[in-house]
Amino acid sequence: MKTTARHFKRMLRVGVIAATFVACATFAGPLGLPPVPDPADNPITPEKVKLGDKLFNDKRFSTTGEVSCANCHDKEKGFTDGLQVSEGIDKLKGTRNAPTVVNAAYLKTQFWDGREPTLESQSTQPFLNPVEMALPSHDPIVKIVRKDPEYIDLFKKAFGKTGDKVTMKEVTQAIASFERTLLAGNSPFDRYFYGGEKIAMSPAAIRGLDVFINQGRCVSCHVIEQTQALFTDNRFHMIGSGAKQMPKNLDDLAAAVEEAKKKGTDIAVLSNEKTSSLGRYAVTRDLTDIGAFKTPTLRNVALTAPYLHDGSLKTLEEVIQFYNNGGREKETDPVPELLSGGIRPLNLSNEQQADLVEFLKALTSPEFDKK
Amino acid sequence: MKMNRRTFLKTTGAVATASALPISLIKVALGAKNPTQDFTFAYISDAHIEQIEGSKFVRNWDMGLIRAVQEANLLTPRPDFFFFGGDLAQLGKKEELDHGLEMISKLRGEVHYVMGEHDYYLDLGKYWESKISPLWYSFDHKGVHFIVLTSILTYDEWTYHKWATPMDRMLAMARLDNPEGSPFLVGEKQRGWLKKDLEKVNKSTPIILCSHSPLQKIYKGWNFWTDDAESVQTLLKPFDKVTVIYGHVHQIQYNQVGNIGFHAVMATAWPWPYPQSYAQAASHLPKLTVPMNRADPFFERDATGWQFINVRTGNVEMEYQLPDNENRSVAFNPKTGSPQDSRYQNVNKRIPPQNHY
Repeated sequence: MKTTARHFKRMLRVGVIAATFVACATFAGPLGLPPVPDPADNPITPEKVKLGDKLFNDKRFSTTGEVSCANCHDKEKGFTDGLQVSEGIDKLKGTRNAPTVVNAAYLKTQFWDGREPTLESQSTQPFLNPVEMALPSHDPIVKIVRKDPEYIDLFKKAFGKTGDKVTMKEVTQAIASFERTLLAGNSPFDRYFYGGEKIAMSPAAIRGLDVFINQGRCVSCHVIEQTQALFTDNRFHMIGSGAKQMPKNLDDLAAAVEEAKKKGTDIAVLSNEKTSSLGRYAVTRDLTDIGAFKTPTLRNVALTAPYLHDGSLKTLEEVIQFYNNGGREKETDPVPELLSGGIRPLNLSNEQQADLVEFLKALTSPEFDKK
Repeated sequence: MKMNRRTFLKTTGAVATASALPISLIKVALGAKNPTQDFTFAYISDAHIEQIEGSKFVRNWDMGLIRAVQEANLLTPRPDFFFFGGDLAQLGKKEELDHGLEMISKLRGEVHYVMGEHDYYLDLGKYWESKISPLWYSFDHKGVHFIVLTSILTYDEWTYHKWATPMDRMLAMARLDNPEGSPFLVGEKQRGWLKKDLEKVNKSTPIILCSHSPLQKIYKGWNFWTDDAESVQTLLKPFDKVTVIYGHVHQIQYNQVGNIGFHAVMATAWPWPYPQSYAQAASHLPKLTVPMNRADPFFERDATGWQFINVRTGNVEMEYQLPDNENRSVAFNPKTGSPQDSRYQNVNKRIPPQNHY
């Protein structure tokens, strides 16, 4: 994608973006990542990115004036928040662990349940969710960006628009453009696997890669390809997380679906654990999707604890134990009826599990590594 | 009342309907004059529960059946009853049948059973008959006459005089492409019973006949076949509306022979390829529009599925719900007098088959 590379070069030249991880994306995209999608209806420009960055960090777009997108997607924490489930205004809790924004540009759907198709449409929801930024409507945002002198200037530069011409469409396009620059590749794994640097990963991590690809079967969903690795198949699987909360009978299921219909999916799933546990089903109403959540990327995974859609596991070791037990925290837990076929006990030794953790730590991009 | 999938979904309150699971929800709509008699039933088949040793069973087959049962319990509107279409066990063992029954017992509703060859050839149906169900029977439900046959019998010589042990016999019949196998048979005794049973039934009463093997001849090499199929078809010929539903083949099949519509249901265990795509050579199957490609080994339910079946004025409209695949619709075309795939019938729209494995 020549245009994208050119855009990025221009961004770098004009010094709009200082963050080094974007600089890495400038030339050919970071090692191990495909070209950045650059939608025809919202091409990335440095002006939009600068504007999007400001919007992403603006706390005025919440009822309390204390919550911005960056609260839950904190650059210092790999664009997550380190909490089990996210906190919005007045420390109100949702039901899901904040997914990283890094590499979200490549995802085919957004949110854990894929309920929005694009970064643009995704960005409209948290402003209005009562447990996130809790605005009654998008009007306050539009009002601010039309009046604030700094925004007036930025919107003019990014879209050539002022006054009434500035709407939520431009707001979301700018946020999405900013998010499309948050990329992470060039990890020790990438240098080892794609760059041919045999010493980029430790021997333990190299053994862990073998477990990842073979006996651990992780790669079936956390995809590694010949020239790139997004570590997601962009699909939805019921891996056993949330099984305990899941509606067990028709009445419970009907009640949860009714709630989703009445309140809207976004609000219903973030306000009720039971409804949240429906996963993709809340979006598609396809029985195959009950309890299924999107495969998240594993890039920077060592920095984004806790894990799973509900943040129920605290460490990578716990996650591997969970998969080794076939989607159960304890071996004695019942096997969930609707578990995906690919999830089954793995019979990994303690050493294999430790190696796997070392491999996962090798997925941290240097810009995010605080060591 | 015309019930296409959309109106069906609409009337079901959007709960647990548009699904993709290895069970078949069958809608029997008896026409505008009698809408209160419309009903649904669900069909689960070919679970192949397989004992490894002691209390260890093959997990994948267990999970297929567990999932089907769980999803069937989440269906709405509630099916009036359930069918299990045969091959509950892999090698006919008590342990396998008991383990399978334990899972099926979680179904909330009455279950009717059809006997498969994997259930039969160890003890020739003794345990099944004592614990599960008669081998052939009929019942009426809201104006439809249901018949269950055991279509997987075979010639006495093969059954009684060929094998050193019952397990030898079972293993021989359990193999798909065994040249030592023997073609399935309904047999004279059962046909005699069927003839008598049908004498009581009005010719305009819709008939739904459930068997394990297809009561039509598809592919002898794999026993997708019943040797006396024509004799059974002859007995069904005088009736206006007949549908034969069968398992065994683990794939989508549909066909029309005279007044009889044939429909296969999917398996919960695994898919078979179509014989043609497996053999890579011409065979004389009923017209197949899309050869079934190799299933994705990761997705347990790939190439399994279920369907709404709308039986209306004797003609069947099928809506296949297929996980990880395009859903498909097969409806009766009055012009050609046979079921047709709405999406793939056109030659230009067909998916090229996978011909390497």
